[in-house]
Amino acid sequence: MAKEKDQDKILQKYTQNEYKYGWVTDVESDTLPKGLNEDIIRAISKKKNEPQFLLDFRLKAFRHWQQMKMPDWAHLQIPEIDYQDMVYYSAPRQKAGPKNMDDVDPELKKTFDRLGIPIDEQKRLAGVAVDAVMDSSSVKTTFKEKLAELGIIFCSFSEAVQNHPDLVKEYMGSVVPYTDNYFAALNSAVFSDGSFCYIPKGVKTPMELSTYFRINAANTGQFERTLIVAEDDSYVSYLEGCTAPIRDENQLHAAIVEIVAKDNAHVKYSTVQNWYPGNKDGKGGIYNFVTKRGKAQGNNSKISWTQVETGSAITWKYPSVILMGDNSVGEFYSVAVTNNHQQADTGTKMIHIGKNTKSTIISKGISAGYSNNSYRGLVKITKNAENARNFSQCDSMLMGDQCGAHTFPYIETENMSSIVEHEATTSKIGEDQIFYCNQRGIDEEDAIGLIVNGYAKEVLNKLPMEFAVEAQTLLQISLEGSVG
Amino acid sequence: MLQIKNLHASIEGNEILKGINLEVNKGEIHAIMGPNGSGKSTLASVLAGRDLFDITDGEILYEGKNLLEMAPEERAREGIFLGFQYPVEIPGVSMMNFLKTAVNEQRKHRGQDPMKSSDFLKMMREKKDLVEIDSNLTNRSVNEGFSGGEKKRNEIFQMAMLDPQLSILDETDSGLDIDALKIVAHGVNKLKSPENATIVITHYQRLLNYIIPDKVHVLYGGQIVRSGDKDLAIELEEKGYDWLRKETTNQ
Repeated sequence: MAKEKDQDKILQKYTQNEYKYGWVTDVESDTLPKGLNEDIIRAISKKKNEPQFLLDFRLKAFRHWQQMKMPDWAHLQIPEIDYQDMVYYSAPRQKAGPKNMDDVDPELKKTFDRLGIPIDEQKRLAGVAVDAVMDSSSVKTTFKEKLAELGIIFCSFSEAVQNHPDLVKEYMGSVVPYTDNYFAALNSAVFSDGSFCYIPKGVKTPMELSTYFRINAANTGQFERTLIVAEDDSYVSYLEGCTAPIRDENQLHAAIVEIVAKDNAHVKYSTVQNWYPGNKDGKGGIYNFVTKRGKAQGNNSKISWTQVETGSAITWKYPSVILMGDNSVGEFYSVAVTNNHQQADTGTKMIHIGKNTKSTIISKGISAGYSNNSYRGLVKITKNAENARNFSQCDSMLMGDQCGAHTFPYIETENMSSIVEHEATTSKIGEDQIFYCNQRGIDEEDAIGLIVNGYAKEVLNKLPMEFAVEAQTLLQISLEGSVG
Repeated sequence: MLQIKNLHASIEGNEILKGINLEVNKGEIHAIMGPNGSGKSTLASVLAGRDLFDITDGEILYEGKNLLEMAPEERAREGIFLGFQYPVEIPGVSMMNFLKTAVNEQRKHRGQDPMKSSDFLKMMREKKDLVEIDSNLTNRSVNEGFSGGEKKRNEIFQMAMLDPQLSILDETDSGLDIDALKIVAHGVNKLKSPENATIVITHYQRLLNYIIPDKVHVLYGGQIVRSGDKDLAIELEEKGYDWLRKETTNQ
């Protein structure tokens, strides 16, 4: 039928939409040889001038990792990954740490300009403090001095290791131990940089803190780790963005994010993940295996995860909250979009331990093309979690008839006073909805943008302003024309 | 304004429209009546550009242009409005955002700048007053959770906002109680001007107590079997569609 032909045409047109962050920056880099063994790990540690405890941590993690097997329980088809055919350390080469903007490699600066990262002075007005990590190393952290006045530490992980080793030693691995899972062990062995953030007691960050991750070099894995510690009565809103160049081979990204929230502390962590998803035939793209977990350790503490996932060939990611403190709150708001041959298995874990703990899960999956999109979530109420409450809502939207949407909710309750609610819906973007918009003068692209953003609104509303706009545009670009 | 010549349309090989001829001029209100399955809604859909149908013969000229070559959104921007029989719900999309997008698309098409928010809000207020629609409708998502009557009133409100040249109201009266019917009819009458035209598609004559048509056509078996003035509608109401069925068979 003519209708199908038109759809194919439109589908083709938009799925061939080019990934706009796909360039490569030509900077000199300092790279270790391919392969993974104890020598490489020692070399990474040495390059970074690390204290002994960190090298020991890495080696323990590596030895543990060698005993582990890649997990296969996710609803994903993961091609075999050759861990020996990969570079574990590649850093843009520059003279001993930039003192100010003039010291930053102009090529690098250009890259971050193209990404729209507010690294330069004029963008200060935007009020976002940025730590930018390219390949393995952190390039520049803006606003550091201003934050330091409040006692906030916001710097690259490497700097934290040098300047605040006690904090690193105390908290690193306290939420995600290196034994946690295969990719966490790998990251713990080879991580090269990341971001560190410490908010002292009673301090509320005056601006959004932001990290931008970019993989640039070829055949390189990116293994960063982020550690956020929020002391009593503090507040921080943290943003993370990611992009990568277009390359034919797959690249591995295995990150760890750990959050510790003490009494009455509130941490809000937002991600717009737009790693290169591969081309329309599923060639290339980032394998994104990430362990993100927060420990709401203090009473009345709160951790919120908000994520907009549009990139990566494979996404394996379950930002979780351990609700330890009484009255602590965990939130997970997610929009995950898959198109073409992308695969995503993503969701959350809410582990209720303290009394009167409350968690909310809002997950919006959108699948198009030949993609597969799964929600996997665990709500666990332990024995002592009196009056725990959870509300979960998992919605799936399908576009076209070649894609899949799956929901795997796990609920484990050991306390009878708890209330756990789960709602799930599946819908299809209707021809009728598109035509209705068409008839009002709105073309197919804009119609899909409107409909999808309407569908995901509950989650998008949770994003800080500057991210919300980017996320809306991203959703539209990722999906246009995939209607069936 | 609109000329339909020998229009044939089919869906999956079944011919539904079998040679429609119709001419609508500026300033006119036409009523198209007919029993269920006669092709009324198909005609409305074909005019709006729904691609479920194959046009096998004939042509449609709108303001001298070949309508069948235009995409649905182009037709809309050129001033064709369809009031849907079953308006769809678009969850999470506010009426305000939806209409603002629609109005600005139309303006862009005419080479105008997007409307300022304050002007847009003012226009919304004026049009709401004009068609007597309560304001809470526009604070909600597009048709989401609207009653049948509210959906139809919302169609008339959108018509007011977009100020079309040619409005096609597809069974806008179906499922309305008499008060809602009056509101809809009142809206149509208010929006009538010497510059625009309206095609009212209806099964029942009762809407035509409130909207006085210049011409009435009876669609039957995919053809217009009779045209006349408003009295034809009354005759039809008295004698029923069976009267026509007999007549067409006799011919």
